Formats: sequence, C-alpha cells, structure tokens
Amino acid sequence: MDFTLRIWRQKNAKDKGHFETYSVKNISPDSSFLEMLDILNEQLIHEGMDPVAVERGCQSSGPVSFDHDCREGICGACSLYINGRAHGPDDEVTTCQLHMRKFHDGDTITVEPWRSKGFPVIKDLVVDRRAFDKILQAGGFISVGTGGVPDGNAILISHETAEESMDGAACIGCGACVATCKNGSAMLFVAARVSSLALLPQGKIEGAKRAKAMVAKMDELGFGSCTNTRACEMECPKHVTVSHIARLNREFLSAKFKD
Amino acid sequence: MAEKLISKIPEGPLSEKWTKHKSQLRVVNPGNKRKLEIIVIGTGLGGASAAASLGELGYNVKVFCISDSPRRAHSIAAQGGINAAKNYQNDNDSVYRLFYETIKGGDYRSREANVYRLAEVSGNIIDQCVAQGVPFAREYGGMLANRSFGGAQVSRTFYARGQTGQQLLLGAYAALNRQIAEGTVKSYPRHEMLDIVLINGEAKGIIARNLVTGEIERFGAHAVVLASGGYGNTYFLSTNAMNSNGSAAWQCYKKGAFFANPCFAQIHPTCIPVHGDQQSKLTLMSESLRNDGRIWVPKKKEDVMKLRRHEIKATDIPEEDRDYYLERRYPAFGNLVPRDVASRAAKERCDAGYGVNETGLAVFLDFSSAIARLGEDKIRERYGNLFQMYEKITAVNPYKEPMMIYPAIHYTMGGLWVDYNLQTTIPGLYAIGEANFSDHGGNRLGASALMQGLADGYFILPYTIGDYLATQFKNPKTDTSAPEFDAAEKAVRAKIDRLMSIKGKHTVDEIHKKLGHIMWEYVGMARNEEGLKKAIGLIQDLRKEFWSDVYVAGDTDNFNQELEKALRLSDFLEIGELMARDALNRKESCGGHFREEMQTEDGETLRDDKNFMYVAAWEYKGENEEPELHKEQLKYENIKIATRNYKD
Repeated sequence: MDFTLRIWRQKNAKDKGHFETYSVKNISPDSSFLEMLDILNEQLIHEGMDPVAVERGCQSSGPVSFDHDCREGICGACSLYINGRAHGPDDEVTTCQLHMRKFHDGDTITVEPWRSKGFPVIKDLVVDRRAFDKILQAGGFISVGTGGVPDGNAILISHETAEESMDGAACIGCGACVATCKNGSAMLFVAARVSSLALLPQGKIEGAKRAKAMVAKMDELGFGSCTNTRACEMECPKHVTVSHIARLNREFLSAKFKD
Repeated sequence: MAEKLISKIPEGPLSEKWTKHKSQLRVVNPGNKRKLEIIVIGTGLGGASAAASLGELGYNVKVFCISDSPRRAHSIAAQGGINAAKNYQNDNDSVYRLFYETIKGGDYRSREANVYRLAEVSGNIIDQCVAQGVPFAREYGGMLANRSFGGAQVSRTFYARGQTGQQLLLGAYAALNRQIAEGTVKSYPRHEMLDIVLINGEAKGIIARNLVTGEIERFGAHAVVLASGGYGNTYFLSTNAMNSNGSAAWQCYKKGAFFANPCFAQIHPTCIPVHGDQQSKLTLMSESLRNDGRIWVPKKKEDVMKLRRHEIKATDIPEEDRDYYLERRYPAFGNLVPRDVASRAAKERCDAGYGVNETGLAVFLDFSSAIARLGEDKIRERYGNLFQMYEKITAVNPYKEPMMIYPAIHYTMGGLWVDYNLQTTIPGLYAIGEANFSDHGGNRLGASALMQGLADGYFILPYTIGDYLATQFKNPKTDTSAPEFDAAEKAVRAKIDRLMSIKGKHTVDEIHKKLGHIMWEYVGMARNEEGLKKAIGLIQDLRKEFWSDVYVAGDTDNFNQELEKALRLSDFLEIGELMARDALNRKESCGGHFREEMQTEDGETLRDDKNFMYVAAWEYKGENEEPELHKEQLKYENIKIATRNYKD
C-alpha cells in the first residue's frame, strides 16, 4: 500500500511548527501504524545521509519523533492524532495497535500530536504529559505503606464490584480523552482513578478527599472543565466510560458538603 | 579471585534462613535515614516498589526512568498473573511447593536460599497489593480468584483480567506517587543512566542524559539500586517494549559488577507469529491462555499444505487429524508445561514441516473445546482483552478460529550477579527484579517475574540495603564535583561525540536487525558449538561495522531518539557476544539454554550436573579482552536433584 503523510514537525516547545508531506510505498496492510512510521523514518534518515539529496534541496527535518514503547496497547506511551481522531480511525485501540489495513491504498493521512494546553509539545509528535503524574500525586492512591496490612481475603469484595473497579483501573494514562475534548478536560482520566478506588472498601475511606484533591490539581494545571460531550468516552482505547465521571461527581459533591 | 563471589547465604535450616538473616542485618535509625540518599534506576515493579518503600522508611530517594512517566515501565505489559503460595484453593500449595516448582522449573540452576525466600514473601505481596487497591479478580463470594500457570500443579496465580502487570504497577506507582507528594522521593522521568560512578570502589552516583534537553547530568547518592530490567532486545524482535534495554546493567558490568548466566534467555511459546520484515516487535499472548487453550498442528502434511494455501481453515480439520502434541508428549502437564518445553516442542513440530501459516512458523492455540464447555461469555470474561488484542493485530476472530502462535524472546533470567542481600560485586550497588540473575535459573515460570520484582522491591531490598547504609550515615552527601564524576562524564560525552561523528551509511535499526538475526539464528532456541563460535565472530564484525559505518541522525543537545537507540545498540552489540560466550561455555542443556549436542533421545534437555551446576559470573577485563569466568557452585541441600519430568 502507498500513502501520502502530512506530519506535524516542531523542533521544540518554542518552535512554531509546521506540516511536512512525505510519501511511503509498499507498506504491508499487516504493518502497524507505528511500523509504517518506522519505515518513513528509515527513509528520512537515508535521505538525510545522502549529500546529493541534501544538495538537491531535500528539506527533510530528519526522522519524526513520536512516543511509543510497549507496542501492544498497554503502556499508554503512543499518542497520535490521526486524521482528526485520537489513536486513529479504529475503535478501542491505541495507535500502536492500529493497522494499515484500516486505511485505503493511496490515502493521505494527517498526523498530529495531542493538542492540548495541558500537554505542551516537546518535539514533533511528542508531548509532555507530566501533568497526569502530578494529578495522581495529588491523591490518586490509598494511603498505605509497605507491610502491616491484613490478609488479602480479609477484605471481601464482590465479583461485580471488583470488575467495575477494574473497568476504571484499565485506564492507561495515554491522554486521548484530553486530546479529544474540546475543553481539554482531564475529567475521564481523573474519574477513572477516583471511581476505581472509591468502589473498593479499602479505597472508599479517602474517597471524598481524593476526589477533591485531584480535581483541584487538574484545574490548577490548566485542564478545562467537563461539559458532558462524551467525546472522551468515544475515543478511550480502553473503553473507560463516563459512568466513572458520575461517580467522581458524587464523591466530589460529598466532599463539598463536608466542607 | 573466587573470593569475590561471596553469596552470603545464611547458615541454618532453609525455612529459618531469612528470618535469622533479618535479625542480624544492621538497621539505620530514623534520624540517620534522613541523611542518606539512594538512587533507583527504573520504575517497573522492582524499581517503583523499592523507591516507594525506601521513601516510606525515610531515605531520600531519586528515581529515574526513560519513559515520560514511571507508569510506562514494561512490567505494565505482563498479562497473566502473579504467583503466591497462599493455598487459598486448598489444593495443598505451600511455600515449599512454590519453592520446589520454581527450582525445578529453573532446571536446578537457581540459588536455593533466594528462591525459598521469594516463595516465603509471596503471600505478603498479594496482601500488600490488595491493600493498595489492586482490583484482583474475585469469586462471587468475594474471595480472591486463582488460575493455573505453566510448570505448576496447583492453582496459585492471582490476576486482574489479562492486565495483571498493569494493575500491580499502578499499585506500586501509586505508592511511589504518594512518596513523591510527601517529598521523600524525587522523580526524574525521561532520564537515562549512561554510567555508574564509583568512588573508592563503591557505587556513589550516576551520569544520566536528560532525554528532553540532551543535557548530561550528575547525580550522587550513598547507594545505587539497579532495577532496569532485562536485555531481551538484544534480539531486536522480542516481546520487550521498544525502549527496554540492557545498557544500565552493562555499564555496571564494565565498571566491575559481574554478569551472571547471560545465556539464559526465555523464549515464550505463545506469541503472535512474525508477519514480515517490516515488523518492529512481537506481541505476547498470555500464558494464562494455556489454561483453556489447546495447542495443536495437523497430523497430516496434506492438511498443512492446504492450510498454507488457504484452501481449508483450521476448523475444517477433524478432531482425529489433529496432533495435540503437548498433551501427547507430556500427559502429566499437557498444555501447561513450562515455557522452554512448550517452545521447543513448537519448534520441533515446525522444523518437521507441520507449521500452519505461510511461513511454516506457527502452531494453533485453540479455544473451541473450552468455549463448548464453558460458553463464550466465560471465555470473554477471562481473556476478553487478549482476544480483542489478537483480533486487532491479525484480523482473525479467535472465538471462531484458533489463534496462531509461535515462540519469541521474552525474558532474560541472566543478569547482574548478586549476593543474598541483592548486592552486586560492587559495594553499594544493588540489582533487583529482572536486572539480577538470582531466582529463575535456566527458565522462569510464568507469573513469577511480577512476584520477584515486587518481592525484591517491597520486602527484601528495603531490609538488606540498610545493612550497607548503616556503614554510610557518617559520610557526607556525595560530592558530584569529585574527579570520578568528571572522568565518567567525560567518557560519556566522548562516546556520544564519537557516535555522532561517524556519519556512515547504515541506520541504527538496520544494524540492530542484523544483530537480531545473528542472535536468533545462533543464540536462539537451539545452540551448538559451531554456531556459537560463528556468532561471536559475526557479532565482533558487526560491532566494527557499527563503529565505522552507523549514521546517527539529529544532534546531541535535543530530544533525539536515534541517539538513544544508538547508545543502547552499542551495548547490545557487546551483550550479545557475552551471551554467546556464556552459551559456548555451558556445554549442557538446561532450561531455555538448549545445546543440540546435549539432548536425550526424545529431544529433551540433558543437563550435566557434574560439570555445570554453577552460576557462571563473568568479569569484564577491558575492551577487546576476554572476560574472566568465575563460578559460584550451587548447593541443593533441601531438594532432590532430578531430571525435569513433565511426562508422568
């Protein structure tokens, strides 16, 4: 398969950035999207090392930087905005699990980084998501130290509750929800954690306090507010639903009442 | 030189060693802990749990990871579960049984005392994770659920869907976040350790590259903990994450830490087969699938040919024409034999011409009988995310058609040599998790990597490191302007400058792929003397090619992934050679290390306990010098050494 790629290039956080257009040929439909970018990068590196091509005016900015690691949809590192959709045209996948068979031969594909105030660009398609760490540091944990804890079966949790908690815990922290949201809200990310922990007896104790602290941190870091468009849920590669946002709101309100 | 390998295994009965040892370890009082600094490299299960636990104790911790967040470490990709000897199923599990099965699974090449301790603390890990809010699978009565894994005859694996590693890591990461918020731990994401700094022979700091700005930075401490994972990416194609690498451990080796059993690499039997040369990595399908999936190839070659030509589907082949070769060869364990055994059996069938895909390098993993027995919903609940992942990658629905799988490099049992305290041969330098060698011998059992990482980080290192730090609290903070830091930084800069200035004709990945081919061909699932000798020569040639003809794009003082890859590859090109040397030295077959010269008539591994019941610990002797082999003899006082038997 052959493709034309329009890719966002940006040297660093201060650079204004621009699109560059490339073409790639003979891509296997079984290749993943990131493997296709690997092939493009090999091509760009070869062009860059060829003095004749450079003299002819080859204007390449070198290989395209993009975040990736596990390439099996679980680490949450990959983060591309492809043809206007976070993680591209397939549902419930991360970019690394998107395969070229989802496109048509000859397609032009536009690739951008996550676009959000909360995630400044580092280079090309790589963004800084440390804000997510900061939100979790504000309270996304149960205050328990190592050792001195009861037996695992001393805390009984119903099958359904454990499953529901797991639904929220499945969040991989990729940031697709933020990138998709017109308000740049991190509500789904925050809610997934708050709700997952609040469902469990061991997490419930700090539930209200946690919700308040994490929401406050989210606001402080410049993420927008939630207006219930549900776009986040549509693009979440792990199928985290807005029902967690409802539970976050309950926890949050209960915290407000206590104030 | 033998005196360098002092294992510090405590005296006394096996079951009392750890308890007795703990009582004899020195401790540091809370006031003095505040004066001490510890560097932790890596934030997987080992690194995150260690950093959090050390922070809770009151030490000043600096934790480094190469990703943009500690949560992305490759432990996150572990799917199936974590072992613990809880005996919740009343199936006669015990600390001893977990210990015994781990030693046996490792083909009698791991250290008895370490493995026993691992089994001993395994139960505490589950309790800890539950307290942190890890949503383990539960039975309808609210109790924790278990499943079985390869190499075990009891059901002791705890799990959270097919995302157990993710959930355990999020637990450790949450504990870490809590300490970061408290100020006991400082986190340095997107930082890569490029060298270890020794002062008077003791580990006192690191040189790291800030991966965003390219700056070379110095960090000092009273001790350094390496939790940087394994070196499986030497093979280029593996189930490891793209950025997983052996460089941090390798720098320690080059500064004097011994590297143990480098040839012990695990080849996982259930990965999605290679589809072509554009592929960047291999995807694992969890071992837990072997609980309900049955592995087979056709009995008839004509069916194989028809499958390859897409004239028939797997479902068209009647039951009597299917060869469930694991059930046939290993009736006692069936589809749940250990990974090395299952991998070799798949290779045997494919080499004999029964491979089922176009390349002839695949076997079936079939869920039809489990779906008939339990219903599709039950299977979806157990493995839904894995089935979805398989379908997304292959465009085949595994509820309808069997999966195709083939073995791939997955884990490295070898690593830095450590004593019972998890200290390397460099005082003040500790290695935990996959980065050390101690617990898995020649083959790791499924669901035991998570167990080891968390055992080391939560319950072992925080105790043992105190014994060393108790000698350090009178020392002031490490001065990073010391000449040792100058020298290390200068060497790092020189290496980077040299790489950037080559401007050759080959990309980093091109050379890495070549290394991968050499490793898979000659240091892969089957090895022999001739091939290993050839591999050493080929790797040396490739290393020369790399240093004379690689092209590293971009610049140094900027975000530059090509430079990151080049630095890691420069080390893989040395690690690969040591792996081949170690494999050449070990003239026996054991666990994942299969020497073709040493096999039984049935093609099973043939150990040579008389000559090789030792840990091979290699000492670096300088560039282009042969490393020196040190042997730690393994003594089994509590276990009867036997031939591994999974047949009856």
